[in-house]
Amino acid sequence: MAATSSAPSLVDTLFQRSLDDLIRSLRSSSSSSVLEAAAITRALDEIRREIRSPDLDTKAVALQKLTYLASLHHLDMSWAAFHALELLPSPSLPHPRVAYLAASLSFHPSSTDLLPLATHQLRKHLAPSPANTPALVAPALHVLALASSADLACHLAPDLLPILSGQSSNPLRPKAIATALRALAVCPDAAPVLFKPLVDCLSLSSEPSAVSAAVSAFCELALAAPDPSPYLPLAPEFYRLLVDSRNNWVLIKVLKIFARLAPLERRLAVRILDPVCQLLRRSPAKSVVFECIRTVLSSLSDHDSAVRLAVDKIKEFLASDDDPNLRYLGLQALAMLGPAYLWAVDESREVVIRSLNDTDTNIRHQALCLIMGMLRESNVVEICNLLIKYAMKSDPDFANEILDAVLATCGRNVYELIVDFDWYVSLLGEMARNPHCAKGDEIERQLVDIGLRVRDARPELVRVARDLLIDPALLGNPFLCRVLSAAAWVSGEYVESSRNLLELVEALLQPRTNLLSLLVRAVYIQAVFKVVTFSFIFFIKQIQAFDTKSSADRNAAFENENDVATADKAVIFDSIDNNETFKHESLSHLLDFVETTVGPLSECDNVEIQERARNVLGLIHIIRETQYWDIVAEHELTRDKKISEIVELMEAAFSEELGPVSTNAQKRVTVPEDLILNENLSDLAEVLGDIDVTPCTSISFSLRCHHPTETKEDSAPVIEASSLLAEHRKRHGLYYLPTEKDEVESNDYPLANEPLLAVSHVDDAKDIVKLTAQSFIPRKEKPMKPRPVVIRLDEGDGDSSSGLTMVKEFKDDLLSGAIRNVLLGNESKPSSSCDMSSDRTSRRGETDASNNNELFSQPKESNALDGREHRKSSSRKSRHHTRHKEKNGSLGNEDIEETSHRHSTRSSRHQGRHKHRERGDAPPDVVSQEPVIQDFLL
Amino acid sequence: MIRAVIVMNTQGKPRLLKFYEFQPPEKQHELTRSVFAVLSGRPDNVSNFVEADAIFGPGTRLVYKHLATLYFVFVFDSCENELAMLDLIQVLVETLDRCFKNVCELDIVFNFNKMHTILDEIIFGGQVLETSSERVLKAVEEISRLEKSSSSVSFVPKSVSGRFGR
Repeated sequence: MAATSSAPSLVDTLFQRSLDDLIRSLRSSSSSSVLEAAAITRALDEIRREIRSPDLDTKAVALQKLTYLASLHHLDMSWAAFHALELLPSPSLPHPRVAYLAASLSFHPSSTDLLPLATHQLRKHLAPSPANTPALVAPALHVLALASSADLACHLAPDLLPILSGQSSNPLRPKAIATALRALAVCPDAAPVLFKPLVDCLSLSSEPSAVSAAVSAFCELALAAPDPSPYLPLAPEFYRLLVDSRNNWVLIKVLKIFARLAPLERRLAVRILDPVCQLLRRSPAKSVVFECIRTVLSSLSDHDSAVRLAVDKIKEFLASDDDPNLRYLGLQALAMLGPAYLWAVDESREVVIRSLNDTDTNIRHQALCLIMGMLRESNVVEICNLLIKYAMKSDPDFANEILDAVLATCGRNVYELIVDFDWYVSLLGEMARNPHCAKGDEIERQLVDIGLRVRDARPELVRVARDLLIDPALLGNPFLCRVLSAAAWVSGEYVESSRNLLELVEALLQPRTNLLSLLVRAVYIQAVFKVVTFSFIFFIKQIQAFDTKSSADRNAAFENENDVATADKAVIFDSIDNNETFKHESLSHLLDFVETTVGPLSECDNVEIQERARNVLGLIHIIRETQYWDIVAEHELTRDKKISEIVELMEAAFSEELGPVSTNAQKRVTVPEDLILNENLSDLAEVLGDIDVTPCTSISFSLRCHHPTETKEDSAPVIEASSLLAEHRKRHGLYYLPTEKDEVESNDYPLANEPLLAVSHVDDAKDIVKLTAQSFIPRKEKPMKPRPVVIRLDEGDGDSSSGLTMVKEFKDDLLSGAIRNVLLGNESKPSSSCDMSSDRTSRRGETDASNNNELFSQPKESNALDGREHRKSSSRKSRHHTRHKEKNGSLGNEDIEETSHRHSTRSSRHQGRHKHRERGDAPPDVVSQEPVIQDFLL
Repeated sequence: MIRAVIVMNTQGKPRLLKFYEFQPPEKQHELTRSVFAVLSGRPDNVSNFVEADAIFGPGTRLVYKHLATLYFVFVFDSCENELAMLDLIQVLVETLDRCFKNVCELDIVFNFNKMHTILDEIIFGGQVLETSSERVLKAVEEISRLEKSSSSVSFVPKSVSGRFGR
């Protein structure tokens, strides 16, 4: 009976397994995952029965078991949410506690629609009553903190008040504060209710634990707010804590708050400088010291003495050999220093470099980042050489991390750090040879990119490429495939810089190239094609040169010819084969070799390879075909007109230099005047709407198959269609491919590269030419400059996505706005702010609010600065039209200062409201009239 | 705030999981596994911090302590101080040690509820509320006393006798 029925039997209840029993059974079956899964399924079946029991004890144990399974074995328990709620009203303490634990671990704030059912029970448990012991209220608060939706938080926010602002000794108060924080996060509307009690918790009379919790809460709020300025009025409270508190947790949080607030208010930064430095010097707790360092570096970095002190402390951290945590944090702190404080990094340079050897990957990574930050034009060679050597012997992960960092840093902003490109190119070659190298893609990109951009680096680039290509060991490494592809391309494209063509061709066609991927092989064969073309052209030109200069001494004539040759080729003419001339036999040999090796590839399955192989073979065939090829007398060759034709053609094909393309090139093409890009294509539907057939088919039909027989068959529709089409064409001619003839005659598609097409876009083409010319001309080579010219196109990458952040900020601002309302007392809730100021007055026993005459106008010297600062801050601040005269008070008269400050806070609040009322008729130039920030600390 | 507290053994079996931002069960599983993958790859005597951006989202960090057969892991964001979190792990471990008298993994396995009670006294809703293990211990003892008195006096015998009386 028990096994089949869904209701729990008496046996189930009496012999129910406890949580311990369940854990034991799971442990005994944990040897295999199958057994364990079976045990869990069995337990779940059991729980499903037991949890329906009317007996609350049985139910509670079942829920407990379920919670355990859900938490540690990742089971879904949302189906049991209602059963959890059933246990809440139980008078026995363990029952609601089990239920609350289950709820806090498994309830989803937005998807649990059952939670509203618990509202009443939660309220009952939160109410102040002797029956509600902390043991009951604490888990109820926790559920509210972790699982409440916005609605629930708003509903129950008032119920937190008795705990929040009740007896200060209430042990639940810190928990209520933490709950209030979460409630504020999900429901900003609760701010008017919850914020004031939270502020009160900061007061002197509160228990230390409540103060600590409140400071944590404010830290959370201030750090999460997009604009923390609403928290500025609380600065005096935080300042008091910063100076007086001995609790490290509180100090850390206060420091974090000030790190966020100080950039808003210059005077605040000045004010906290001293206490922060005191802490930095004196605090025995490393956590506080580290927090001080962080605060100084992030928010007080204008104050050199403080930074100096912080850097000294960082050095202490770095020097602690026995504690890797401190070393790691020290490095991290160094990384926080901006570029203005490079000296600090430089001073610790040795430690940083030594950290590359650390056993801890964190420390090594941080050190690497720092070293990359130190790279300058002057030291890039030295440091990168060091790093690449180091990468050779470090473990694969870190080696690649180093390669990545070097590639990224050196390639940054079109190689801005690199002066000696010959060095960098050979460094790239070295990187590729790293046994762990997995950065082939980036190396490939940079090799080709440098080839395109830096003319002076090409000879070295070709040399590096040759070294890579010639090494048969590299061909087997799949990571290097891409690098080799780049090397092949470079040596083909810049073949004129090559020293030994035969060697190059042999390298490109070595047997092991069959290990490469097909696409890379295609690049290899294309490179061979370029090499063959070049050697042929070079050979013929050489003979022509001899012919024109019929000098006796061949070598001398050759030298002379060099002067006439273009600057590019000048180098090559004497460089090939160690200044020897290129002989007919060597060319024949080259051609023979290429023919025999490429021959088999012309039947390759891959079309890319096949096509290119055939190109090469075809070229060789043409060369061989020429009439005088086989004769011995070389100069006879030039007699053949065909040869010079071929040479011209070949030269033309490869003479144009490939260059980098600006990402903005398309943008800069001016749109022709008659082209309306924004025109709506829906007009097409209007034109073609009457026709039954889809517009697309009708067009193609009339265009392609305009045979007389077909027109006869159904002439009417076609005529209709074509007349419509003609009309459409007239209106939207620009969408059509231009045809010269009447469309009726155009039976076939235009050829892919029809010159007519080019003619129609001739304007655009001209523009582009002009454009490239413009971008190249001003950067022409200057021989005097040590750094070679790096072609660099304007690559501004558009607007940032500011719109998105704006939206997010707006959302976050809801809470800030609500808090501003509470703290600064404007707009919707004047009553609450009144309460607050009067409350403060009474609490602090201040005498009267008539101290407005203490308010001074702003000193002139700081006008400019404050004014500037102010324009940045929110316009709301302009309400504070008062400011205290700056007092250069020592620590001694702090009390007085604080008192007077309170007056200013309060009075400014009054003024603020006053101002607000006036705002309606005030012209919008309020902001411009010398706004003053109230000094919250003085 | 603290985003999560994870206690797991060196085989990667979770012993205590607490996420202060709701995570569905599958996600919890995935997170624990990736945390374990990171931790198990780290040798001893290295720093206790791990950048957890890849696992828990941007700006999060993880601090852990390896004690006997257990990893104690705290995940937190920029509102917390790294070294303070390390201290907090110490507080938690100390409290457990005092509570269970030489705590070992088994104690944690068999005291699911008590573990949560202890943790909730130290960290509440992601905020650190108590850092003195003595006070935590006192609060926990008080709760178990109340629980015991409540359940033994009022409830269990009545329900059992009620059953038999039928």
